[in-house]
Amino acid sequence: MPPAAPSERYLATVWRRFRHHRLGTISLAVLLLLLVVSLLAPVIAPYSPAAITGKFHSGPSPEHWLGTDASSRDVFSRLLYGMQTSMLVGFLVTIITTVVGVLLGLISGYFGGLVDIIIMRITDIVMSFPYLLLVLVAAAIFSPGLWSIILILGFVNWPGLARLVRGNVLALRESSFVQGAIVAGLPRRHILFSEILPNTVAPVLIYATSVLSLSILDEAALSYLGQGVQPPMASLGNMLGGAESLTILTSRPWIWLPPGIMIIVLVVAINFVGDALRDALDPSRTEGSRS
Amino acid sequence: MTKYILKRILIAIPVLIGITLVDYLIMSMAGSPLDMMRGPRVSQAAIDARAIQLGLDQPWVVQYFVWLRQLLRGNLGYSIRGHEAVLAMIGRSIGPTLLLMGTSLAITLLIAIPVGIYSAVHQYSIGDYAAVTLSFVGSSIPGFFLALVLIYIFTVRLGWLPSSDMVTRGAEGGALDLIRHMVMPVTVLVFSSVGSNIRYIRSAVLEILQQDYMRTARAKGIGRFLVIYKHGLRNALLPIVTVIGMQIPTLFGGAVIVEQVFAWPGLGLMTMSAILQRDYPVIMGIALLSAVVVLVANLITDVLYAVVNPAITYE
Repeated sequence: MPPAAPSERYLATVWRRFRHHRLGTISLAVLLLLLVVSLLAPVIAPYSPAAITGKFHSGPSPEHWLGTDASSRDVFSRLLYGMQTSMLVGFLVTIITTVVGVLLGLISGYFGGLVDIIIMRITDIVMSFPYLLLVLVAAAIFSPGLWSIILILGFVNWPGLARLVRGNVLALRESSFVQGAIVAGLPRRHILFSEILPNTVAPVLIYATSVLSLSILDEAALSYLGQGVQPPMASLGNMLGGAESLTILTSRPWIWLPPGIMIIVLVVAINFVGDALRDALDPSRTEGSRS
Repeated sequence: MTKYILKRILIAIPVLIGITLVDYLIMSMAGSPLDMMRGPRVSQAAIDARAIQLGLDQPWVVQYFVWLRQLLRGNLGYSIRGHEAVLAMIGRSIGPTLLLMGTSLAITLLIAIPVGIYSAVHQYSIGDYAAVTLSFVGSSIPGFFLALVLIYIFTVRLGWLPSSDMVTRGAEGGALDLIRHMVMPVTVLVFSSVGSNIRYIRSAVLEILQQDYMRTARAKGIGRFLVIYKHGLRNALLPIVTVIGMQIPTLFGGAVIVEQVFAWPGLGLMTMSAILQRDYPVIMGIALLSAVVVLVANLITDVLYAVVNPAITYE
């Protein structure tokens, strides 16, 4: 593979292979639609997500398509805003994870030696601490809320990616084009960011889609436990929190079913897009199908 | 081999100390257990006295070394909240957790290994597509939501299964009662982990099927069955051992949410309440346990590698 930036032809090939994955293509369309809908929430939503409408626990009706919750807020409006929150958390966590993981992985793999040892031991420590325990303790340090949940999830997810990138860099460093660049005396920054980085984009992108779906699931779980996004701000997770009470669970399914189904739709779609990306970006996969 | 294992154990000790030190730092940043004592009827003097009694007036490093010294004497300390020995608390909760997680892991593997192998051997068949698609759907459902749906259907609507605790209080239910309590939490746990396991095993087996030695075996003309089962699957044991090894740590603490939803009296439930109450000794006991388990699981995985694959030797 040439070390240059991906050419237009390469991108066209990737897109063609991506479309082969029918579920992935449909999922991409669904995701884009949901993204647009959630961004347009202020326009579409009939009520403000925190507005008290005065009707408690009323079932679905023409005024409230999905009824109202225990604080008489409109469930449909909250669902739209909750989706917005989930996507915001998902994308920001993915960006943080990717930046931190890629940088540390690159540094660790390329420089090796003491730097590598220190970074990898820190990775071990973060990974050995039980994931949810770390998140819960961190939620206790910073008072729970939207921004702390983003920072916490961003912080716990990077070690896996750092290891992945490091492994790739170790392999690439021995490849002839990188060795050639070193011999040619090209500056280090050029070798790292223009020779090595473009060649690790594919696995990083695939990993990033799984971080995206996992962080949406984690936000939901934490908010459900009351350690994440706090009401009155809407999140798909904290909308489910109400279902802990038996009366809501039994007789008011309109409060907890829609956010749960929405989480599943979002995460399934992201996972299928990730699978399609893997098919499109991983050359060994297509070779395998031919043999 | 013995030398290698000894060396690994020796390296693990400083790593363990490092992990617990960081754990203590993070935990002390989360807040003091005395925050929970505060109230209109509790004087500052009483809180200060309690802080001195518990050693909480010392800097966190000093507190850590006091904890470490006690640990070396085999003393994990006492819960600040319930005054019970931490070791006894862990001993009480570890059984239910191991039972729940062990059953779930066994069922997960019993489903995932055959399905994953089938999927890889019959790549791009309808069965393969169905397995992969369903595995993605399975791992996309949040555990707590599935739990709520199950409780709604089987407890609220049908009244078939109990939704909380491990045994029915005041009734001598025996094994059947226990199984009835386990059905829903185990289902949720299996659902959430079986999908990723199927995909992992599938891609590991696929990779092996593409190796040169597989082509050689096919060229020998010994037949598809023998090729796959004699040459392929024996080599696939390696990734399968890895996937089991990776999941040993979750046996001991992976079920905080499920235990919370179903009020299962295990380590997860204990962890959650210890964190909410900033119960330092309990949190440290759990953190130590999980760190040891991770390190031991890594070691066992590496040793099993050598057992499964004679080409791997450790110096």
